[in-house]
Amino acid sequence: MNVLTDNFSTYGKGFLGTVELTVYASLLALALGFLMASFRVAPVASLRFFGTAWVTVLRNTPLTLLFFAVLLGLPRFGLVLPFQLFAVLALGCYTSAFICEALRSGINTVPRGQGEAARSLGMTFGQTLSAVVLPQAFRSVIAPVGSTLIALAKNSAIAGAFSVTELLGTYRTLSELGYNIIWTFVWIALGYLIITLTISALFHLMEKRWGVAR
Amino acid sequence: MAVDPLIELHDVNKYYGDLHVLKDINLTVGRGEVVVVIGPSGSGKSTLCRTVNRLETIQSGTIRLDGQPLPEEGKALAGLRAEVGMVFQAFNLFAHKTVLQNVSLAQMKVRSRKRPEADRRSRELLERVGLAEHADKLPAQLSGGQQQRVAIARALAMDPKALLFDEPTSALDPEMITEVLEVMQQLAREGMTMVVVTHEMGFARSAANRVVFMDGGRIVEDRTPEDFFSNPESDRAKDFLSKILKH
Repeated sequence: MNVLTDNFSTYGKGFLGTVELTVYASLLALALGFLMASFRVAPVASLRFFGTAWVTVLRNTPLTLLFFAVLLGLPRFGLVLPFQLFAVLALGCYTSAFICEALRSGINTVPRGQGEAARSLGMTFGQTLSAVVLPQAFRSVIAPVGSTLIALAKNSAIAGAFSVTELLGTYRTLSELGYNIIWTFVWIALGYLIITLTISALFHLMEKRWGVAR
Repeated sequence: MAVDPLIELHDVNKYYGDLHVLKDINLTVGRGEVVVVIGPSGSGKSTLCRTVNRLETIQSGTIRLDGQPLPEEGKALAGLRAEVGMVFQAFNLFAHKTVLQNVSLAQMKVRSRKRPEADRRSRELLERVGLAEHADKLPAQLSGGQQQRVAIARALAMDPKALLFDEPTSALDPEMITEVLEVMQQLAREGMTMVVVTHEMGFARSAANRVVFMDGGRIVEDRTPEDFFSNPESDRAKDFLSKILKH
C-alpha cells in the first residue's frame, strides 16, 4: 500500500510521461490520419497509392518492430532526436493508419449524392471534403477514433523498453527497491485507467454533443 | 436548330465496362432553350445529363459549354461546374446544414461572396421558390417538394448559365410534383437554359422547346413537343407514348 505514497514522484513522472506520449502521439496520429484519409479518397491516383501504402505498411507492422526501426534505424541515417520524440513519431505514425481507416469508413457512410451535389456547385475536392463530407463523416467516427486513441495510450508502454520515461517503466525502479510487485502493478494499472477513462469520457461527451444531431 | 449554342455534345460515347450506355450522342442546346429528355429506364438519359457537368466521364467525343471543351479535372473543372447548376432526383441537400446555409455555402466557397451578401442572395432565392420562412430549418424537417425547391434555389445561387435536372420529381408525391414543376415553369419562362430529364409529359408539352427521346443509349428523336407527341416518327417512341399516355 505504501508503494504509492513512498514513491509518489516516481509514479508521477511515469504518469506524466505516458500522458505526454499519449497527447503528442494522438495529435500526430489525428493529423496524419486525416491527411492519409484525404489521400485515400482523392481523385489523384498517386495520392491514393501513397495513402494505401502508408496504411498497409504501418498497420501490418508490429509496433515493437516499428519502435526498433525508428529508434535504432533512423539514427543510422543521421537523424538523431530525443528518444521521446522518436517514440511519439513511431506511436503517432502507427496509430495514424488506424485513424485513417476509421475516418475513411466514416466517409463511406456519407451518401454519394452529398459529394456530387457539392461538386456540381463547383466546389473543389478539398472544399467538398472539408465542408460537406468530413463534417458528416465525423459523427460516425467519434466512437472508433476514441477506441483507437485508448489503444494508443496503452501501446505507449512499449516506449518504456526504449528508456523513455513512462508509467509502465516505473516498475523496474520500484522492484529494484524491493517493493511488492503486485501493489506496484496495481498502481500502474490505476494510472492507465485514469488516462483511458478520461479519453473515453471525452469521446462520450463528443458523441453526446455531435453524434446524433441530424 | 439553335442559333447560339450553349451546350454541345459531339459523338459522345460512354461505357460502363462492356455496357455501351451512350452511343454517338450529338446534341446541341441553345441559349435560353428548354430541352426535355425522355425515354424508358436504362435508356441513358440520366447518364447523358450527368456527362454535361462531368459527374460522369466519357470515353470518346467532345462536350463543349459556351464554346469551351470540358476540362478533365481540378480547378478548371470545378470552375465550369459552377456555371452549370444541377438538380438531383434525391435532392442531395447538405444534411448537416440549414436551408439557408445550403444555399449560401457554395456562394461563399466558390464565388467568394461574404456571408452577409451570400445570405441576402439566398433569402432572395428562397423567397422566389416560396420557402423564405423555412430558412433556418434542417433539410430533414422539410417535405420532399420543399427540399427540391431549396435544391433549385441552391443551384440558382451560383448564377449558372444552364441548369440540369435529373428526374427532379421522380422521388416526390403527386401533390409535391406540382410545386416543383411550377418553379421550373417559371424558370423556363424567364429564359433559363435547361436540360430536363423527366417523366412529366405535361411539363414537356408546356415548357419544352424540344423533346429528345432516347432509347438504348441513342437519341431516337429530337423534335418540338407538338410534333413529338402528336406524330412520333419511330416505332419505339410510338410504343413508349402509347404506354405512358394511356392513363
